[in-house]
Amino acid sequence: MSAIQKAPQRPVSTYLHKRPNVRLIALLALPMTWLIGVYIISLALLLVTALWFIDPFTSKVIPGFTLDNFINIFTVPAYFSTAIRTLAIALAVTLVCILFAIPLGIFMAKIARPWVRNLLAVAITLPLWAGYLVKLLAMRLTFTEQGLFNWLMEPFGITGPGFGIPVTVLTLAYLWFPYMALPVFTAIRQLPHNLFDASADLGAKGWPTVFRMVLPLITPAIIAGSVFTFSLSLGDYLAAKFVGGSTQMIGSIIASNINLNPPVAAAFSMVPIAFVVMYLVIARRTGSLERM
Amino acid sequence: MRRSKLAFPALLAASALALSGCAATGELTLTVPDVPMKTELGAFEGELNIVNWSGFVDPKWVDPFTAETGCVVNSRVAGTSDEMVTLMRTGEYDLVSASGDAALRLIVGGDVQPLNMELIPNFSDEIAEGMKGQIYDVVNGKPYGVPIGRGANLLQYNETVTGSAPESWDVVWESDSPYAGKITAYDAPIYIADAAVYLMYHKPELEIKNPYALDETQLAAAVDLLKQQNAIIGEYWSDPVAQITSFVGGNTVVGTSWEILKKFAAQDNLKTTLPVEGSTGWYDTWLISSTTPNSNCAYAWIDYTSQASVNGAIAMNFGMAPANIAFCATDADTQAHCDQFAAEDEAFWDQVWPWTTPIEECVDGRTEVTCTSFQDWTNAWVTVKG
Repeated sequence: MSAIQKAPQRPVSTYLHKRPNVRLIALLALPMTWLIGVYIISLALLLVTALWFIDPFTSKVIPGFTLDNFINIFTVPAYFSTAIRTLAIALAVTLVCILFAIPLGIFMAKIARPWVRNLLAVAITLPLWAGYLVKLLAMRLTFTEQGLFNWLMEPFGITGPGFGIPVTVLTLAYLWFPYMALPVFTAIRQLPHNLFDASADLGAKGWPTVFRMVLPLITPAIIAGSVFTFSLSLGDYLAAKFVGGSTQMIGSIIASNINLNPPVAAAFSMVPIAFVVMYLVIARRTGSLERM
Repeated sequence: MRRSKLAFPALLAASALALSGCAATGELTLTVPDVPMKTELGAFEGELNIVNWSGFVDPKWVDPFTAETGCVVNSRVAGTSDEMVTLMRTGEYDLVSASGDAALRLIVGGDVQPLNMELIPNFSDEIAEGMKGQIYDVVNGKPYGVPIGRGANLLQYNETVTGSAPESWDVVWESDSPYAGKITAYDAPIYIADAAVYLMYHKPELEIKNPYALDETQLAAAVDLLKQQNAIIGEYWSDPVAQITSFVGGNTVVGTSWEILKKFAAQDNLKTTLPVEGSTGWYDTWLISSTTPNSNCAYAWIDYTSQASVNGAIAMNFGMAPANIAFCATDADTQAHCDQFAAEDEAFWDQVWPWTTPIEECVDGRTEVTCTSFQDWTNAWVTVKG
């Protein structure tokens, strides 16, 4: 004799089972609150502020409509050159990261013994654990006149570049390198070994294998990594402040206007957004985004 | 159209001024919102919210104050003058320790109230002469601020490299400077005044009378000089730690500094000097918000911190010359502090132009032209750094 077991009481599940709409709302409530309430609204407010006026006397923001703040970005030579300089720095950082990440990725994925691979993976991610400012100051100390770099290079008669654009690029590359190295490494690791064998069988040596086989296959990973290195570099200004010497970036202009002239600061924060959108459109044209 | 309508009355007004002879010599009057002054003290409110520089509000002197008055002190440290102004305009703070470049902005904006000095008995003869009645905190004869302390923007140099003290600021301004590429300058729009001080001495034909009252031609000349300097700058600094490491690490040989930064660098070959052209300096004062609900606590705090012992403790904690020079004679330590920071040396301060917010009304008394405002200076500063 077996008694019919009574199903356990689950009022919430029962309620939700009958109402698909409530289920959907419950699922999306948190991400949508964040996306719309925090993300989209603050971006919209930023755009609106960029169209407003400023009272030159009290620095108070006055609602209204003007495109002057945007026009100034193009017509004031200092603003325009700063925007272009920042773009060039961000592209250079991305390029440096790619140049370092590909050989490292090939070595880690295909050549290194497992324990070396693990050691390198830890070494790449370890800097992510250190504070941003600590890393900046470390780079600053490395490249001061009497710093580590000049001390190491002294026997070879080489002196460091001093604070300026080159050190800014190096520092930003150092800060964002893990975001490029990890996706590139993962992508190369997923390439089947026999592709390399096939490449060798067809007579390709090292360089052609890298350029004609590896590179096309890992392009989506490079694009993914470059979105990080590019956009993070565009928005940075502390690196320019600490290791840039007299270098001015978009972030420097935003920082110096944020208290005194919020509309100019808001207009300028649209510049990196515009650059990133352009970058994504170009990336989409190449078809890399679909394969990400 | 509007201009032509205004031209005639303006001409009349100008000629009237010229006739009465007060256009050039009369006392400077600025247009300031009418904020009422407190006439008598009442009961303490139990709370005081202060915006201050780091080191100005410390448990060492806050705790006795709270025990005495019951006013609980909440301190918010600001990093820049602009941040101070923004915070004060939120209306959430009662008191601010503003430098002169923020003080005048707050006064003409109606954000702070005139002070009744009779309610601050500790503001007395012992306050350094050079900190009384300055344009940045006394407007139209009304005092708005009570001085805390001051520091000069000095020329710091690495003696191992320069050999002797540079006599002029030319080592940081002229393209043929022997230290090109190893020069540092202060990274803020108010630094334009330093260029103006240099021009006052070397280009008298520009007729700059006050480095904070620049008309458009004069500002353009200062900006040209700053652009010339930009080519030989090694680094701009706004973060004190960065400035110290720059001098100690050898990246910088000459540049703007404060006495306290030299002290922190703690290297015998780093020296400071006040060149022949003179310089600028920061003068900090307590200002009370015009909308404060805690004015009794604010008055009590200003009076309490103006006595020699507390004022001196703040000055030593931050590293500046105290406003209350009676503090200097307390003991050997305090005398040494005052001597290092030139607290009692008025001849020294006579060569220093206290930071003052540039506003459209010329603070040098000119009425025939409009001067450039701090907004103009901020815009100009961005173009200097290109």
